[in-house]
Amino acid sequence: MVHINGEDVDASGKVLKEYLEENGYIIEGIAVECNEVIVPKDKYGETIISDGDTIEIVSFVGGGQ
Amino acid sequence: MLQEQNQFFIDSDKLSGAALEHKHLIENDPSARTNHMEYMEGMEKISSGIMEKVLSAIDNYDYNKYTGFDVKRALNSQTCSIEDFKALLSPAAMPFLEEMAQRAKTETSKHFGNTVYLFTPLYIANYCENYCIYCGFNCYNDINRKKLDMEEIEHEMKVIADSGIEEILMLTGESRSMSDVTYIGEACKLASKYFRNVGLEIYPVNSDEYKYLHECGADYVTVFQETYNPEKYEKLHLMGHKRVFPYRFDAQERAIIGGMRGVGISALLGLSDFRKDALATALHAYYLQRKYPHVEYSLSCPRLRPIINNDKINPLDVHEKQLCQVLCAYRIFLPYIGITVSSREQKHFRDGIVKIAATKVSAGVSTGIGDHESKYEGWEDENAGDEQFEISDARSFEEMYGDMSSEGLQPVLNDYVYV
Amino acid sequence: MEKKDTFILGGKEFSSRFILGSGKYSMELIKAAVENAGAEIITLAVRRTNTKKNENILDYIPDNVTLLPNTSGARDAKEAVRIARMSRELGCGDFVKIEIMKDSKYLLPDNVETIKATEMLAKEGFVVLPYMYPDLYAARDLANAGAAAVMPLASPIGSNKGLATKEFIQILIDETDLPVIVDAGIGRPSQACEAMEMGAAAIMANTAIATAGDIPLMAGAFKSAIEAGRSAYLAGLGRVLERGASASDPLTGFLRD
Repeated sequence: MVHINGEDVDASGKVLKEYLEENGYIIEGIAVECNEVIVPKDKYGETIISDGDTIEIVSFVGGGQ
Repeated sequence: MLQEQNQFFIDSDKLSGAALEHKHLIENDPSARTNHMEYMEGMEKISSGIMEKVLSAIDNYDYNKYTGFDVKRALNSQTCSIEDFKALLSPAAMPFLEEMAQRAKTETSKHFGNTVYLFTPLYIANYCENYCIYCGFNCYNDINRKKLDMEEIEHEMKVIADSGIEEILMLTGESRSMSDVTYIGEACKLASKYFRNVGLEIYPVNSDEYKYLHECGADYVTVFQETYNPEKYEKLHLMGHKRVFPYRFDAQERAIIGGMRGVGISALLGLSDFRKDALATALHAYYLQRKYPHVEYSLSCPRLRPIINNDKINPLDVHEKQLCQVLCAYRIFLPYIGITVSSREQKHFRDGIVKIAATKVSAGVSTGIGDHESKYEGWEDENAGDEQFEISDARSFEEMYGDMSSEGLQPVLNDYVYV
Repeated sequence: MEKKDTFILGGKEFSSRFILGSGKYSMELIKAAVENAGAEIITLAVRRTNTKKNENILDYIPDNVTLLPNTSGARDAKEAVRIARMSRELGCGDFVKIEIMKDSKYLLPDNVETIKATEMLAKEGFVVLPYMYPDLYAARDLANAGAAAVMPLASPIGSNKGLATKEFIQILIDETDLPVIVDAGIGRPSQACEAMEMGAAAIMANTAIATAGDIPLMAGAFKSAIEAGRSAYLAGLGRVLERGASASDPLTGFLRD
């Protein structure tokens, strides 16, 4: 199991880029953090999601003060 | 006839031919003098940036462009900006002197109530290796030189402490070879036995030496820049360590780095353009305060005085009114700062200015060496070392205490714990 | 020619002194608000992406506007640093506004954690604008830590209560060399104007506009108020007549020459 944005997802073994595309993320508008370390955009294609990873996928929204 | 320029050069007939020749050479030929902006060996350099800020501010200060309107605006605004301060120092502010004094008095009482601190200076040596042409201690001036030994220092301190004084300012001429840091440190150790607060006015030293002197009991360092105009400075300080302008400028900051609790800053008004020097003095304190907000700051406001062998030296265009203007402007711009008025000024001036802006005055003063007992008891001591300048207010500690009280002020001897 | 009145953050020059928040109102209104406010900086939060709603807020923000991501949601320095790094990875520059709050009731900023985060992020090359409680010591520490400005709160966030911390903000303006951007609690244009008269470098507001009846109109009202306050500051405020002040005895009668 992999934790992605707080949910348990069965995605271990997948390439990050493929996972993002399959799930409708628009690459230009997001940032990805894996186990509290930023994954640079040009590494999405070579990053394999491992079992137990905690992944955050974020983008800008209105808010904060 | 109005004297427009001071005549500083005096030749003593006791100088050797070679000494006279060298004296005349550096007086007359600027190329025979060292570069006053260059550090000498052993002088610690700290890159502070404050000097550059101050010098550029005085370069750009055109005090004739300010009008009465600017002065009124400054007097009516809640906080005094640097621009407001420049207006208050300008000639346009002269007609507003009374308003300035009223505002200054309000600021002083907000921060200090009606207290006035009393202290006394103690000169322990008058040897000097500098040739500063306006100073009675200068190395070419024919005066009685003296350096007190520890026994003599302790005797002086006893006499002063017995009079009731709790704060002392120890001074030396500026000679590292005759009055080295260890000697001054030993004197500080003695002083901390007799006084609650020990200040120093000695030649500038490095931060590790300030640290040592602090450990010996000193807590306050005053260094006068004399003038903040480097070109004028060069023409007045012809020889010796004191000639190095930037090393002197950064002395207070090195003292702070060395752990001193407070620093005093001043120009000697009358040496150069006094309005620019007053601006520089206050900005020097202002920028230091912003960088080291935990430190106590004080300003002094000495005017040139006659010296032994040259009674014609005078403060030129800095009359009492101008001095009062400068002090009021200091107070309005830096309301929290201590302002010391020395016995260079006369009784009537000191009695008046403590009600407006000054917070500290000296009492029981001698600028000679080792003559407190004779001065206090009224006899002549022919073994004493000569004085740095003539004082104008010879009131004893007791008289000063009484006078301040009868002016409605509360004399304070000390509010202070050494830590 | 008259010199343009601008201020500089992170090497960028800004002529508008109004920083707009982006919370609590719809994306359609953001563009109109930015335009009417004349804002050149807008703050944004960083959140987990919702793939169900494929809408990108950046599409609604004009290109010439500088984005100021904030770290809202962070409870300590470490979390703020994480959010800041993610925001930079989103590819919109090095600006970051640090917001660290441990109190969910009043949302007051934690100065101690904010100083720590400022130091870390400034070292990583961020242009750091910390949201802070207006405390002089904290402001000095933030300056030493490498902040590009300080953003003291005027009153609790979202409260619209105005300049409750006025005296302390004035101290920051007088005593620090950094631009002071008054943030949080400004509820009316008149309060924004007053802060500018005091010498604030800029105003940040969100709730006051987001909760107005007509958002673009209120954005314009703030713009005018901020410009008026700035002009008043530059002009130098006139005299406040004191009532009942009495003439005292002359103090300078002793002067002889």
